Amino acid sequence: MAGYADPGFDTLALHAGAAPDPTTGARAVPIHLSTSFVFESSEHAQSLFNLERAGHVYSRISNPTNAVLEQRVAALEGGIGAITTASGQAALHLAIATLMGAGGHIVASSALYGGSHNLLHYTLSRFGIETTFVKPGDVDAWRVAVRPNTRLFFGETVGNPGLDVLDTPTIAQIAHEAGVPLLVDSTLTSPWLVQPLGQGADLVYHSATKFLSGHGTVIGGVVVDGGSFDWARAFDASGKFAELAAPYEGFHHMNFSEESTVGAFLLRARREGLRDFGACMSPHSAWLILQGIETLSLRMARHISNTEKVVQFLASQPFVSRVGHPLLESHPSHQLAQKLLPKGAGSVFSFDLKGNREQGKKFIETLKVFSHLANVGDCRSLVIHPASTTHFRMSDEALAAGGITQGTIRLSIGLEDADDLIDDLKRALKAAEKAGT
Amino acid sequence: MQLLVNGAPTYCYTGGKPFDAAKPTVVFIHGVLNDHSVWILQSRYLAHHGYNVLAVDLPGHCRSGGEAPETVEQAAAFIVALLDAAGIDKAALVGHSWGSLIALEAASRLDTRATHLVLVGTAYPMKVSPALLETSLVDPMKALTMINVFSRSTLAAPPSALGPGTWVYGASMALGRRVLASNTAVNVFHRGFKACDSYAGGEAAMAQVQCPVLFVLGDQDQMTSPKAAQTLVQAAKAAGVRTETVRIEVGHHQMTEAPEETLSALRQFLGKP
Repeated sequence: MAGYADPGFDTLALHAGAAPDPTTGARAVPIHLSTSFVFESSEHAQSLFNLERAGHVYSRISNPTNAVLEQRVAALEGGIGAITTASGQAALHLAIATLMGAGGHIVASSALYGGSHNLLHYTLSRFGIETTFVKPGDVDAWRVAVRPNTRLFFGETVGNPGLDVLDTPTIAQIAHEAGVPLLVDSTLTSPWLVQPLGQGADLVYHSATKFLSGHGTVIGGVVVDGGSFDWARAFDASGKFAELAAPYEGFHHMNFSEESTVGAFLLRARREGLRDFGACMSPHSAWLILQGIETLSLRMARHISNTEKVVQFLASQPFVSRVGHPLLESHPSHQLAQKLLPKGAGSVFSFDLKGNREQGKKFIETLKVFSHLANVGDCRSLVIHPASTTHFRMSDEALAAGGITQGTIRLSIGLEDADDLIDDLKRALKAAEKAGT
Repeated sequence: MQLLVNGAPTYCYTGGKPFDAAKPTVVFIHGVLNDHSVWILQSRYLAHHGYNVLAVDLPGHCRSGGEAPETVEQAAAFIVALLDAAGIDKAALVGHSWGSLIALEAASRLDTRATHLVLVGTAYPMKVSPALLETSLVDPMKALTMINVFSRSTLAAPPSALGPGTWVYGASMALGRRVLASNTAVNVFHRGFKACDSYAGGEAAMAQVQCPVLFVLGDQDQMTSPKAAQTLVQAAKAAGVRTETVRIEVGHHQMTEAPEETLSALRQFLGKP
């Protein structure tokens, strides 16, 4: 940047990918609600389709507003580029479908968002992709689970909802020894708390619905490529990843790794994944998420400070049997969080009441500031009972592996006054305790 | 495609079209800590519009074996050997930064075999500050960040190499790390910088050039400012060859910060004899 230093996180959150509109002078990013973009000539059209020239053709493949969001998230994550998708689940599916087909195998953390667990355990197995789940902290289990057909390691920066911290540097090393990349879901931490690519991960994705947008108004996802995994070398060594390192009949016989030494994944994901699966993001959604990202630093700082106060409060309550946040020394990931997540381990966490199912229900129904709904990362504080909602398709064994019991309650701490949040929880705890007498 | 040059396997990207020596050939030469992929838009376009393209990975860089060149002269000799190995009589040479000096020196040795010479982001002398030279040796990652900052002029590049959604700043960092890691025997970062810094044959080489010369310069280029290219511009004019200059309102990485303008300059220049 001529005249500038290496830009910092807050500057990138406001400026990466965007400049004043050269036509209108608009300072904010315009919403380009156009399905298609006019070609200058037939020759220009042909060149765009053949990747000889860069530009927008059709908004399922790319869009100027989405491209700003993609550059911005890539900048914040330390990546080389990104692809926005219709949802976080679409981002996960896009990443997996780009790297493997039937016969592929994934080694994944057992502490996953319920929707991700469903995709891997039930849905993808129907399409011939198998997953072995391992406890995220069991380093040997990751290594032992590798098969000849393994194509991917996958985990969450902090597991949902137990906040098991993924030892990204260690798991990445094991993945790389096995010749496969590590994909990390960083939804609950956002790039403000941690940049997994800098810790060794190769791909990272977000449900942008959560902290990136931050206001509970939009569904979206984004997958970022760190440009670190050498697909061509892996292909030469094992024959894996022909999708990225051998000519592809479905797109001009292009060998994506030859086209771009570091960007093969993004090339194929966009030119095949978005083209054929079509789970693209609306430009309007992209704009809303951009608005959210502009205040990501401010919001995350408040999320974290409020969380610290609420965690300390809950930990002091006799009616609470466990608070599952790495802030506390009692949490199994406390030390790892200090090392890998020094700014905080997020504002979504769970705790257990010393009560039965009915008392749990009373607790949730008494809350007034906290909203009972299925989302996290909103500016408003949220509450849910995972065993009966987000994780209800999981067996008791799978729930236990993810650190969830029938009495577990999950909170997403918002931006309200911390005193009001604590007061709300205090009243609900009293009501729940009374309901048991 | 793979060629054997000076006994070493050498990779050249042909722009998605088969090698065809019957077409006019364009050789793209990358700069320090880069490889062929920095040219993908320009090289792919030309390959699909009547040219035979060879975007080379220099020896000891990424997909090419062999000893990484220690001097501009060594690298230029390699380019000449590459053309011989490929059976190419005449070629246009396009180089960026360090690659521009290699292209210049090679053109001076090729006499009439060089049809066009394009110097993108060039300077002469191409002095590297002692601090940066030292940092490239002892702390390459820090030096990589430094040159990336110096090379970029915007946080909002247009749709670029890889297409929309590319964060070109991050892509340059990742490519630099990959190129550095591709050679475990030699620090190609420091070696490339030393070659730039020590090259003293620029004016003499330009005096030998017999083909038209195009300078593609970035107005905001902090690595090789347009002012620093003027010695070569004047030398080209003094040599009596057709000399053109295109200035673009970007930094040092013209190919990704202004891919369309860079391609347009190449198309127009290469289209003329």
